[in-house]
Amino acid sequence: MNRKKLQWILAALAPLWLAFHFSASIKGEKQNAFMPGDASHGHHQIQLQCSACHTEDMGVKHDACASCHQEELDRVADSHPVTKFLDPRNADRVAILDARKCVTCHVEHQPDQTAQMGVTLPEDYCYFCHQDVAEERPTHEGLPFNSCSTTGCHNFHDNSALYEDFLEKHLDDPIHKPDPSVPPRTLYQNWAHENETSPLSLAQRDAPTSTHYSQDIAFEWSTSSHAQAGVNCMDCHQSEQSSDWVAKPGIASCQNCHDYETDTFLQSRHGMRLDLGLSPMTPAHAKLPMHAGAGHKELSCVSCHDDHSFETRFAAVNACMSCHDDSHTNSYKESKHYQLWLAESNGTAPAGTGVSCATCHLPRVEVTEFGETLTKVLHNQNDVLRPNEKMIRPVCIQCHGVGFSIDALADPNLLENNFSGPSSIHVESLEMVVEKLSRVAARRSQGTN
Amino acid sequence: MKKKAILYTALLGGALISSTLFLSGCGGSAEASTSGISPQKMADGLHLVMKSDRTIYTRNVVNRLVKQDKVIKASEHWADDKALPLPAQMFRMGAEMVAKEPDAGFSYSLQSIWPINQQNAPKTEAEKIGLQYVIDNPGQNYYAEEELGGVNYFTGVYADTGVAAACIDCHNEHKDSPKTDFKLGDVMGGVVIRIPID
Repeated sequence: MNRKKLQWILAALAPLWLAFHFSASIKGEKQNAFMPGDASHGHHQIQLQCSACHTEDMGVKHDACASCHQEELDRVADSHPVTKFLDPRNADRVAILDARKCVTCHVEHQPDQTAQMGVTLPEDYCYFCHQDVAEERPTHEGLPFNSCSTTGCHNFHDNSALYEDFLEKHLDDPIHKPDPSVPPRTLYQNWAHENETSPLSLAQRDAPTSTHYSQDIAFEWSTSSHAQAGVNCMDCHQSEQSSDWVAKPGIASCQNCHDYETDTFLQSRHGMRLDLGLSPMTPAHAKLPMHAGAGHKELSCVSCHDDHSFETRFAAVNACMSCHDDSHTNSYKESKHYQLWLAESNGTAPAGTGVSCATCHLPRVEVTEFGETLTKVLHNQNDVLRPNEKMIRPVCIQCHGVGFSIDALADPNLLENNFSGPSSIHVESLEMVVEKLSRVAARRSQGTN
Repeated sequence: MKKKAILYTALLGGALISSTLFLSGCGGSAEASTSGISPQKMADGLHLVMKSDRTIYTRNVVNRLVKQDKVIKASEHWADDKALPLPAQMFRMGAEMVAKEPDAGFSYSLQSIWPINQQNAPKTEAEKIGLQYVIDNPGQNYYAEEELGGVNYFTGVYADTGVAAACIDCHNEHKDSPKTDFKLGDVMGGVVIRIPID
């Protein structure tokens, strides 16, 4: 074969090879052929599941963001809801910054421009609409606009612990509240009574005799909260379709009773891959430092809640520490929070007074179901993680004052050492509220309005 | 035979023509009935519903339970305080729900030249003129056309009057209120209704 013939053959094969490559990239597990850049830290785990956010022609779905994030925004009474910018009277503002669309501020696949919270605008974006803030609030005169949302004072979406009247109500909070504790979980405490079930003993287990399992497993179950609540083997291990025994029930089995917990788990970094039908997250997928030996653990309900014992205290601390390997996690056992957890675990302090990883990262929140207010555990740990002021209301102020909490969360050193020692940073939000109240009182006493 | 064929053809043709006329007549009258509503008439009707609901909520819910029976509070932070939403907030929540409907065909807001929240001060020329007009001309509404964001709107501005002690006291006592001497029956602001027009 002469050289010219070989060139012709290669020239003919090249497009075929390219077509095959792109076809495999689009249809296969790795759909990265057209990905313009890595997705942000919030989405990198699912970045190859293009259809989660994109239409077939690679446009962005109209509800791509809202389908996962709207519930969270509603829960915190979003300070800048889309509806505010749909009003025609705000057309001039929309012309400057189109806040009707999430992607105006959060452009994906732009790793070089993406800051915290996936924001791709410069940090002084508040200037667009609030450049005259000092006219109404003299305390804000001269403050740089890139400090509004980066110093613990304001957030674009969630100001539920930062709005003026809330701060006013908490001006005199002590550092530590009297008798601090987390609220008890309300639903499952009464579950057995409300469902007229009785505690089950080891001998009452209803696994089919043809099933092989270790006696350890049966014993663990018999001492679990499930056995106490009358939840038997078949309640979890029976297929809903065929009534057959299922050796390893999936998340759907847990979901039958623990819907809020599983739903919020699936919204979290831990469960978002499962929610999209992908393989479970493993610590190897994480951007945070993890123990090398934990890299291949698969996250599910039972990866933290040891199956059959379902020990929640293990899930609250040791399950986290078995994977996470960063300074915040590794400093926990040196913290006062851990001392409180030990005291509660030893029975020397009342229930609810210990502070575990889960106390802060999977907080107990009030939810309304069928018109009844219940306290359940939020299993989307990212919901209260960033910006960290989101943690103030559901977590910090259960035990601490608001001012103390704002200062603590603003100090990066305290985040590193897991809140050992006082904050070296003071955020002047409360002082600004006091100044405002004094100014209004003075104006009123002069009778100017 | 030939006569019969002609008769059948004539009957069939007559039926076709009459049914066509009948159907086209129906379409015409339906079109006439919808296109017959002017933007002003629609805005007036919408405002009447808004005003009625708002007055009833203010008098029969908030004022009765808070001021008269004293069984519950009304609060700007109603969820946090486990209290009743203020009448202005109930009104705005309705406006936000309408705003989420892409085919609603109208939008509305509550504004004032003495706003507690500066975001609710008049912004457009029509709003500024209209809010002053309904104060200066009791019992009259203000109508205008304006272009916002490349869309033409019919804009109606309607006086919003303090109908109960709850309205007056809350505004007079609020730390952010620029006016603290409202009296019952005063125009405190205005409802602005916008309808996009071609």
